[in-house]
Amino acid sequence: MGDVSVVEREMGLSPEALSSRMTELEAKVLELEARLPEDRVSIVVFSGELDRVLAAFVIATGAAAMGQQVSMFFTFWGYNAIRRARRLSGKSLMQKMMALMSPRSTKGMPVSKMNFFGIGAKMLRAMMKQKNVSSIEELQQLAAELGVKFVACEMSRDVMGISEQELREGLESGGVAAFLADALKSRSTVFI
Amino acid sequence: MGGIHEKMDFDKELDARGLSCPMPLVKARMELNALAAGQVLKVVATDKGSVADFKGWSDAAAAVELVAQETEAEGENTVFVHYLRKVS
Repeated sequence: MGDVSVVEREMGLSPEALSSRMTELEAKVLELEARLPEDRVSIVVFSGELDRVLAAFVIATGAAAMGQQVSMFFTFWGYNAIRRARRLSGKSLMQKMMALMSPRSTKGMPVSKMNFFGIGAKMLRAMMKQKNVSSIEELQQLAAELGVKFVACEMSRDVMGISEQELREGLESGGVAAFLADALKSRSTVFI
Repeated sequence: MGGIHEKMDFDKELDARGLSCPMPLVKARMELNALAAGQVLKVVATDKGSVADFKGWSDAAAAVELVAQETEAEGENTVFVHYLRKVS
């Protein structure tokens, strides 16, 4: 009891007041802990070129290997990175035109510079192979095996009229809130 | 940490020769998944960037500890040897 009276005398707090302060602080700490970022990385893949998508998948697989939870959000040209076929039925005229001008699959992705009607992309792939760098397709497969979450933007899918049969399997569908829900918990967010 | 010439103990060895970024990390992660906490994985890589990569990994993640890194000559090539301990 001697200790309590010392506390009371020195701090001007009764044991009851002290205990309620502690409870208050504990609740605050829990609240703050819940708001701390997780071991998580979010990546927006907006671009659809081989070099840029490669960067996205290198970061994704690297982060996953380091033990981070990784979410990749594919939107607009980023759809090039998750396409596996081309279907024209069910598309409007403009959607058909867009589909015809977009690559059928990752294999047809251009490079962002020096593409020269696809020759540049073929050269880059050959050079990467020579240096034993994994291809986009291999990195995608690895990302999926490492548990990377793939989310396809519903709004741009709708605008471009892309059907599910045109896309790779294992995709989740979501919008800006789905992206932000992960990004806000992430230590790092990358936009490519 | 280079230049540790006494023989390091390890539980598993990963040959990452010829692989480039990010594959040494990815393969090492897959091997570590199969190890128990406390066990050590030896990674032999030819990718020069792997030195900074494994350092960065152990700095960023509490689950992995970089015990030692060595540079060795292997014929005409230089290999980078990393010892990773799975902490948890």
